[in-house]
Amino acid sequence: MTVHQRDWQAFVTEGENGAVHMDLAVDGITCAACMGEIERGLKRLPGIQNARVNLTSQRLAVDWMEDQTGADEIVATLEKLGYAAHPFDPASQKERQDRTGKELLRSMAVAGFAGMNIMLLSVSVWSGNATDITPETRDFFHWLSALIALPTVAYSGRPFFRSAFRALTSGRLNMDVPIVIGVSLAVALSVIQTVQHHHHAYFESAVMLLFFLLIGRYLDHNMRGRTRSFAENIAALKAEVAARIGSDGDVREVPLSKISTGDLVLVSGGERVPVDGVVEAGRSEIDQSLVTGESALVPVTTGQRVYAGTMNGAGSLQVRVQAASGATLLDEVNRLLEAASQAKSKYVRIADRAARLYAPLVHGAAGLTFLGWLLAGMEWQPALVISISVLIITCPCALGLAVPAVQVVASGQLFKRGVLLNSGDAIERLSDIDTVLFDKTGTLTLAETELCAPLENDDETIVLAGRLALASRHPLSLALVKATGAMLPLPDVREISGAGIETRVNGEVLRLGSPQFCGVSLERVDHELGCYPGASLLAIQHGTRPVRILPFRQRLRPDARETVDQLRQLGLDVEILSGDTRAAVETCAQTLKVAAWQAGMKPAQKIEHLEQLQRQGRKVLMVGDGLNDAPALAGAHVSLSPVSAVHLSQAAADAVFLGDKLQPVVDAVRLSRRARAAIEQNLWISAWYNVIAVPIAVAGFVTPLMAAVAMSASSLAVTANALKLRWQDRRPDSDTVS
Amino acid sequence: MDVLIYLIPIALFLGGLGLGAFLWSLKNGQYDDLEGAKWRILDDDDLPGKKG
Repeated sequence: MTVHQRDWQAFVTEGENGAVHMDLAVDGITCAACMGEIERGLKRLPGIQNARVNLTSQRLAVDWMEDQTGADEIVATLEKLGYAAHPFDPASQKERQDRTGKELLRSMAVAGFAGMNIMLLSVSVWSGNATDITPETRDFFHWLSALIALPTVAYSGRPFFRSAFRALTSGRLNMDVPIVIGVSLAVALSVIQTVQHHHHAYFESAVMLLFFLLIGRYLDHNMRGRTRSFAENIAALKAEVAARIGSDGDVREVPLSKISTGDLVLVSGGERVPVDGVVEAGRSEIDQSLVTGESALVPVTTGQRVYAGTMNGAGSLQVRVQAASGATLLDEVNRLLEAASQAKSKYVRIADRAARLYAPLVHGAAGLTFLGWLLAGMEWQPALVISISVLIITCPCALGLAVPAVQVVASGQLFKRGVLLNSGDAIERLSDIDTVLFDKTGTLTLAETELCAPLENDDETIVLAGRLALASRHPLSLALVKATGAMLPLPDVREISGAGIETRVNGEVLRLGSPQFCGVSLERVDHELGCYPGASLLAIQHGTRPVRILPFRQRLRPDARETVDQLRQLGLDVEILSGDTRAAVETCAQTLKVAAWQAGMKPAQKIEHLEQLQRQGRKVLMVGDGLNDAPALAGAHVSLSPVSAVHLSQAAADAVFLGDKLQPVVDAVRLSRRARAAIEQNLWISAWYNVIAVPIAVAGFVTPLMAAVAMSASSLAVTANALKLRWQDRRPDSDTVS
Repeated sequence: MDVLIYLIPIALFLGGLGLGAFLWSLKNGQYDDLEGAKWRILDDDDLPGKKG
């Protein structure tokens, strides 16, 4: 497509045995057949040592000998097979190995196997206690259990010890603090009881507890990892590359991470501007809607600033990359973004809130038990044993699983509906919103433009104009081509940079471009804009015939109206905040029947409005895509952003949704409300478990067997309750995203 | 109860073997693509007679 060559070297890393390695994101792998097709197709190329598709992450890993095949051929082969692929920039994916996940899985395995062995010994002791076990054998079994349990706890407990230590040093309490106290005390008490030849030890409780909690932790981690890897794929497939003009004048396409300040970058017509910088040469029109929210095109020429994420029109530009200089729009957005993220009151997760309530209660109960038994005339040692057993039985096993289990199921369901979560607690926050703020451009509307009024296709001028438009990559030309269905390009087209294109048909001049280019008076332009507020105008001049003006506007997302209606039915207030002109926003708001809307908003004003709503106690969901929305996305209670959004906004949003439809917004709100209900039920299940178990423990009747059974039963109950979400969500019309 | 002298080491050894096998399979990348693995079973390409 592009004339300049692509510099694949930046994507390739050294492999084993002199081979080179490349990871690619591949679009459209949906089944086993695709997998085999890709792998077989690539292995036919010479020098390919290994090609393996990962269906879970939709990625392809290739190793090949560089002297026999080039990276170009690999991508070309994939394209021939019908799969769009783009390599990952090795610099942008630091955590490919997923160390945390592997550590959690290893810890879980160790705890699981150790737990099984200790249980084997414990069951023997429990049955022996009821029959005829000798004290020597029992002690031997207890010592053996200690031998297995102590290293296991030290190894598998590390994630919890670390987290609890971090929380305590920063003066907070999280769920891991009571877990660590419970596990440590259980092990310590068991060692003491073993030394003193007691009938019971709690080694298996401690290890099983760790095992269950690690399952929850791993599920939680996996959920986030899956979203992240998917988001990386999308980013890679968007091919964030820039065409750098070297000192010798040759153009090479390199990944964005390799571009530095001072480089000269070529932006061809119809491409997205990859960098922030100043135009050195060329004229064009820029669609800045992603940055300012304005849908009309802005002319740029030498010396003017362009921003990353904006869409270049017809002309090609040479842009000198510049770092933020302190006075640009981007700097202002960055400053507001920082302020907004800091000002946002730290949301306390439900799990942490529960821990805050729970830890003092449980530790208080254990303390009172100790004092109570002392006052009742017991020795201090048995009293301590009972109070520790209270701690063990209340140790938050179910509580540790209550929230992650639901989050995993809910995020899986959201994933199927095309919503990718950036932050783990987004589900909780989504569930308590009462107001939705929409950005207009790019969020309620799509990036494509369409004609405001349908065309009569038998009109000769329009048909010719459509054929002429084939010569240009300007967004309005593309829309005209689509509207007329033109197929045959006209010969001898001359392009007047930044103005339009012209040719001669049967001796008559045919021009397509801005109204000025076709000699339209300003009054007529004003009149047209009066009829179609906020439209972009394209003029056609055909010989001496009257000049035609075609108004274009951005297309609303296909289900925008239904979505807004459904959001209202959910009891939410809907508002539109846009940076676009008053006229354009008004038409959009009327179509969607939204009464509350504001136009011409700067990023700071959006934030201001948001804060005003939040001061009234509103919980706001912000949906936006532009650079100008980024601060508001970061400052809102929770935020969503379409996948077409600029990078900064996607990073600031709590979740990203895929596709052309807005339906995921409604789905996200509905699902999160159901998930919230399930989380609360789970917390009640854990609470009731404690209400039943604690009195038994306080009375001193708890045996290790009871602790094991109660712990497993409550964990299973909580997990089953979370899985219920999946059954509730089975609707026949569910449109899945593969 | 002398039999315990044999049985307990055997039990621990078998447990350790299981753990070792799991850690090996984890390190070997067997859990990297659970989605793909279930489809690969159906792929006949690795059968020696059907090559090419």
